[in-house]
Amino acid sequence: MIWNALLLALREIRRNILRSCLTTLGIVIGIAAVIIMVTVGNGVTAKVSEQISSLGSNLLMVRAGARGLTGTAVKPFSLEDAKTISGQVNHLKAVAPSSSKSTTAIFGNKNWSSTVTGMTEAYMIATNWVIGEGREFNDSELRSGAMSCIIGNTVWKELFEGQSPIGSKIRLNSLSCTVVGLLKAKGQAFGRDQDDTILIPLRAFQRRIAGNLDISMISVSVDEDYATEKVQKQLKQLLRDRRHISGNEDDDFFILDTKEIAATLTGTTKILTSLLGSVAAISLLVGGVGIMNIMLVSVTERTREIGTRLAIGALEREVLLQFLVEAMVLSCLGGFLGIVLALVASIGISKAIDVPFILDLGIIVIASLFSAAVGIVFGYFPARRAARLDPIEALRHE
Amino acid sequence: MSQPLIQLKQITKTYGSGLAAMQALRGVDLDIHSGEFVAIMGHSGSGKSTLMNILGCLDTPTTGSYFFQTIEVNTLTRNQRALLRRHYLGFVFQGFNLLSRTSALENVELPLIYRGMAKAERHDKARKALDIVGLTGWETHTPAELSGGQQQRVAIARAIVTEPTVLLADEPTGNLDTERSREVMEMLCSFNRDLGITILMVTHEPDMAEYAKRVVHFVDGLVSSDTEQKP
Repeated sequence: MIWNALLLALREIRRNILRSCLTTLGIVIGIAAVIIMVTVGNGVTAKVSEQISSLGSNLLMVRAGARGLTGTAVKPFSLEDAKTISGQVNHLKAVAPSSSKSTTAIFGNKNWSSTVTGMTEAYMIATNWVIGEGREFNDSELRSGAMSCIIGNTVWKELFEGQSPIGSKIRLNSLSCTVVGLLKAKGQAFGRDQDDTILIPLRAFQRRIAGNLDISMISVSVDEDYATEKVQKQLKQLLRDRRHISGNEDDDFFILDTKEIAATLTGTTKILTSLLGSVAAISLLVGGVGIMNIMLVSVTERTREIGTRLAIGALEREVLLQFLVEAMVLSCLGGFLGIVLALVASIGISKAIDVPFILDLGIIVIASLFSAAVGIVFGYFPARRAARLDPIEALRHE
Repeated sequence: MSQPLIQLKQITKTYGSGLAAMQALRGVDLDIHSGEFVAIMGHSGSGKSTLMNILGCLDTPTTGSYFFQTIEVNTLTRNQRALLRRHYLGFVFQGFNLLSRTSALENVELPLIYRGMAKAERHDKARKALDIVGLTGWETHTPAELSGGQQQRVAIARAIVTEPTVLLADEPTGNLDTERSREVMEMLCSFNRDLGITILMVTHEPDMAEYAKRVVHFVDGLVSSDTEQKP
């Protein structure tokens, strides 16, 4: 009986092919909109968390100066602060004091404005830097403050045009500096090019470039499975004590928790995704109403035909099933086309706005089930109406 | 005489109720035997169409009983009546009632689909039925591409493809010219004669009634005359 209903329904759809296509269009658009919103939204979320984790995992960035305050009024940290932190706070993977300054790097007849950062061994661990070519600083370079440097991908591209930089000498603030390593590219994070950087030993930075012993930032990497919140609290208390900040005064430093930022940002994109998804779901509902509308028109238009079917011996439930299957075939077909359209569009959009394409099988399964459900729910009323027709009345219908 | 195929006992049919009630049939007794060709005649409002609907199991009488073979039709449910139509009755309508934009073959196949017949057998039977009505070569044409006479022949093929016990024809020539009407009537006669199908036909044209073996006249919801006639 179900095969008969399917056969009859397919013949009906073929008979009214244009109308059938237009009917499914609502579902196609609805399903496609939902999937595109969710897929692209997931891509954006993934991109955001990827950017955050490229900053360093479980990282607390402690900066001198109150939030938003920079310049001469800032009271810097000292190397001693970093040492105290690593001595008194548990569950830390690395404590990396660093200081930065913008500078111009020159190689041959090329020059490039970049940031030079004085750092220690721990910096590489805390901020997830990996050497792509060459090596890290060795102990004697770090201890003696040798003028060696490790350059970021962008600096390399700008100065060396693809040649190997290892062993070459570049000039920083008219000081000659040997390139010993090239960092593996990290890419952009929040509009800033992370690869536009030059690392030199902290001691060399303090002596030759800054001319003081100031530390502007301490990057603290917390053990993977330990809560950053607890460490953050300890750090805050410790630094307040060391910097003699009394009870009701504001901090003159601030701590940035990448995990916190990640949670906030991904939370926001997730909310946006579900919001856009729900708006798209409304269009799916409209598509369903469209199917019901067309099916009702079709029942009225085909009254005589239904009468004929009933007269030649169609059972009530056979007519019901035929119309129901017809609505379901239309909505499922719409669902299928919508999924195909959504996948193509999602791949395109992901590429265009440079976010990863993440295929969420869950939403596709939900979309398929939903389109079938739309067929049943919105097809049932017209189908029942057709099945309940009185054959005599129906045959007389003009 | 043998057990009649169709037996109507004191059939009445009332539409509406109270003061507005309209009695279309007022106690009809009628026996129809297997192999008969009966023309039912009468003016509009005489109750002949109501009777036809009851005979076709599309409608139920208000009172009285209707036996089809040994089945008491007035006790059947809507679905049971549908099954009775499916297995024993064939219908030919004045307005043909073919499915538009559907080929002649698919139209003829329709009752066989409801019988759940397999595709190959279904096609075979539908082709044979179209051959009987002289439409070989027109299988793929849709009703819009066929003349009125051809459309009615497709409808007749659809009615006989199930090899029904009774063929009910409601003004089958009502929309056709004299020539086509004659063709259709001769076809019905041949089914009655060669295939042994019992035919009940409603008509108001005396010319068409002449083809029948028996003519029943209706006046005001009652049988006024019932005559056998020689071909």
